Parts: sequence; structure tokens; C-alpha cells
Amino acid sequence: MSDTNLTDSAPVQAPPGVVDCDIHPTVSAMSDLSPYLTDRWKGYMREYGANFRAAFANAMVYPRYNRDGGSRMDARPPSGAPAGSDLPFMRQQHLDPNRVDYGVLQPLRPNGIGARNQAFGESLTAAVNEWQIGSWFGPERRLKGSLMLTREDPAAALREIERHGANENFVQVSVLPHGLEPLGRQRYWPIFEAAAALGKPLGIHVGGVSGMAPTSAGWCSYYVEEHHSKCEAMQSLVTSMVIEGVFERFPKLRVVLVEGGFVWVPSLCWRLDKHWKTLRSEVPHLKRAPSEYVREHFWYTSQPIEEPEDPRHMLDAMDWVGWDKILFSTDYPHWDFDDPKFAFARLRLTPEQHRLLFRDNAKNLYGLR
Amino acid sequence: MPQRYVVATAGEIPVGGSKAATVAGREIGIFNLGGEYFALLNRCPHEGGPLCKGRRTALFESKRPGTFTSSRPGEILRCPWHGWEFDIRTGRSYCDPDKVRTRAYAVTVEPGRHLVEGPYTAETYSVSVDENYIVVEV
Repeated sequence: MSDTNLTDSAPVQAPPGVVDCDIHPTVSAMSDLSPYLTDRWKGYMREYGANFRAAFANAMVYPRYNRDGGSRMDARPPSGAPAGSDLPFMRQQHLDPNRVDYGVLQPLRPNGIGARNQAFGESLTAAVNEWQIGSWFGPERRLKGSLMLTREDPAAALREIERHGANENFVQVSVLPHGLEPLGRQRYWPIFEAAAALGKPLGIHVGGVSGMAPTSAGWCSYYVEEHHSKCEAMQSLVTSMVIEGVFERFPKLRVVLVEGGFVWVPSLCWRLDKHWKTLRSEVPHLKRAPSEYVREHFWYTSQPIEEPEDPRHMLDAMDWVGWDKILFSTDYPHWDFDDPKFAFARLRLTPEQHRLLFRDNAKNLYGLR
Repeated sequence: MPQRYVVATAGEIPVGGSKAATVAGREIGIFNLGGEYFALLNRCPHEGGPLCKGRRTALFESKRPGTFTSSRPGEILRCPWHGWEFDIRTGRSYCDPDKVRTRAYAVTVEPGRHLVEGPYTAETYSVSVDENYIVVEV
């Protein structure tokens, strides 16, 4: 728990500019996507709804504690539209005052990624990508897109990469961690192959609705438990991708875990390495200890950052994970937003560490200048 | 030496309502709890969220899993960002009341005829002797 109080908690000197690797745009209404959908799918949405792999179409399995899918209470624009749906207000509340040089969009709602109807899922996902161009990074050069992909339908994902993969403003391709099978399974490899060939990172933001229990121990009672399960899902997918040999097959693939924390990474690596020493012969395709693949291929966004009581413990974890692998992010406009003036403020970063975390790591990874 | 500042007329903030006012360079939230007024620095000690824009809720407590009680409706202020809970009466957080707290200021309601005599600072108010005013000590 933070021991800050108002007399000794001061924001760090504001940096000259930051790269925010997690900004959530949303639609003010589903009709915002109409220009990008054919009459067939507009009619489908009207008649059947944008159904997800959940009992109640278009609802969260665990209701968020704030409105607009879990947004800051002060982030609705003056019009009353949903938080994150108004570019001028996003500029005024976030991009300008927080000196965001670049912001990477993570469009989660709506998305077609969990749609049962594959053709509809492909069309809705494509519409969300077109909408990022038309409404977000087209009019605002500071914003960059994530090319959303239907991970359960790799053929559709490859068609989407063909359509937009070369657009330099889509700085990464993206899938969600909760799926039908662990992400390292070979059915998903065409997506990894395409991402590696493009030379763009694979961004994996927490979320997705698999239809299965969100925790590996079953269905939990509370949102606070489900919220933590996002880290479990990240641990499972790191394990799966490493152990299945994804990085032996695609040595240039770079993966960004968005919003899943990172302090768990060292203990996962220690444990996997220990198991590997005994069980290596089961997975002879691995040429190195699991931790070496993790160290080389994964990046992590900072928010929501773990907040240990003793800031030195955080510094230790960052040493273990690697100062070159942590990317600043705010999650604007969602409720666990981190303000760049306060995130890491208790750690007393060196100017060099500050530069890496807030700007240079992301610029290097995404090729931003 | 604390200064006293006129921040609102007494009728201006309804029961259950709040107002943000800038006095002496600080943004302060003034809250009406059933006719009693309280003032807090409008900045969350965690990451600086504007507390005035948060929701006001009851205090929820529980003696054992499966039961809960609710008390003090409207007296708990939740930061609009991360939802940390603060007691409007004291500025103390629920999670760590001794260490994590936002500053609370003394508030009084004064008749205008007292204020005209000073020693008060009315930065934005022209004070009338016939009205009552909310005064914050900063």
C-alpha cells in the first residue's frame, strides 16, 4: 500500500513527452461503425445483436464497477457520450496535458473477436480497424493503431493483415489472451508467422471471452478476483508460447503483454526453468531454458503497475524483467488509469531509466521517431 | 497563520452535493452532508485524481462472509480514477487511514455581517450582510 500523503507526495518532474502504449477508444454508438459495415452485417447486428461467447450478449461476465465498461468517473465528455468516444475531449483531458507524443490504441469494445458467427466476426473486426483509421489515427497523428485480429479464425486474420498490415500507422497486430486454446497451440501459428514477416509486434491486451471460466480454478464470485485472473491468463499464454516452441519457429516474433502486470514474470521463469531441467526431453524442440525465450521475446506495459509497500521490491522486479522491456501506459480512459506524473514516482528513477520507460523502449519497439 | 476564505453561499451546495473552489492556489472540494459542510483538498493522495468528481457512497462493512452492513450513506467519497474510499468527515482513506489521507479543512457557516468586518478573504464573492456564507480555513 502506498504510504504517500499530501505533504510528501509530489509528482516527478514532468517528462518532455511520453509514449502511452494503452489508450482505449470506443464508439459513441454502434452506428459509428455503419460506414464500415455492409448492409448485410448492419442488418445482422440490428436483428441478432453483436453476440459474444457469453450467456448475455453484449454484457460483461463480471460487471465493471464503473460505467462505460470500467472508466474513470471524470472521463465522459461534456456531451455525456461514453468515455473514450470523443477525440477532442481525449486531446483536452489526456493527450495535451499529459504530453503524449504517441498513443497506441487498444480498441476493445466493440470487437468481433469473440463472435460465434465467423463471417460476422471478420466483418466487425475489419470495421473496427477501418474506424481506427477514419476516426482516430487518421485525424490525430499522435495516435497509432492496433490491427485487431480474429484469433480463432486465423484465415480471416491473415486476410485482415493483407488489407492493412502495410499501413505504417498500425504499429502492431493484436489478439486477446482468453481464447479456446492456449495461445501457443499450432492452430494460431499462421498469425505469428504473418506478424513476424511484417516485422510488427504482436500486442496482447488483457481480455477476450472464451466462454470458459476466467480463472484456471473455475468460476469466481467477485470482479476483484476476475480482474486478477487477467494476470493468470498472461502467465498461461507466456508458458504456452514458450513451451510449444513458437519462438524457435519464429525467432523474430516480438510480443507485448498489455495490462497484465510483470512482477510475476521472474517467478514464472524460475519455475519453468526448474521444470525444464527435469522434463526437457518431453519438449526437445526447446534449445534454451524457458527464461531465455521470455527475456528475449516479451515486452510489458506498465499499467496497472504493482504497488509493493517497499519501492525497492519494485526496482528489484524491474531489474529482473529488464529495463528495456517495460513500456509506460495509462489505460486512459479506464478506471485503473496511471498518471505519467505519478506512475513510478516513488521509485526515484534515474533520468536514463525514466527515458527508457516513458519513451525510448516504446519508440524502439514500434519504430516511432 | 491560516487564512479564512469565503467559498460559497450557504444555499449554493444542496444536501448531498459538492462544489470545487480554488483558494490560495489550492483546489478544494466542499461537501454538504445532511446540512453539515466539510472541505477536502480536491486531489487524491494516490495519483492526484480530482476527488470532487468521484461518487459518494455508504460505508459497507461485514462481520463475516455472506453478510454486510451499510451505514453513513453519502459520507464515503470514492476517487473517480481508482475508486479509493475516503471519509468526507476526515479525509482519511479506508485502506490505510493513518498514512493515506487527503487534507481536510475546517469549515464554518458565517453570517455576511461578520464577514464584512473581517479577517476574511472573499476572493470571488461580494458579500452581502443579509446572507450566510461557507468559510474554509486554509
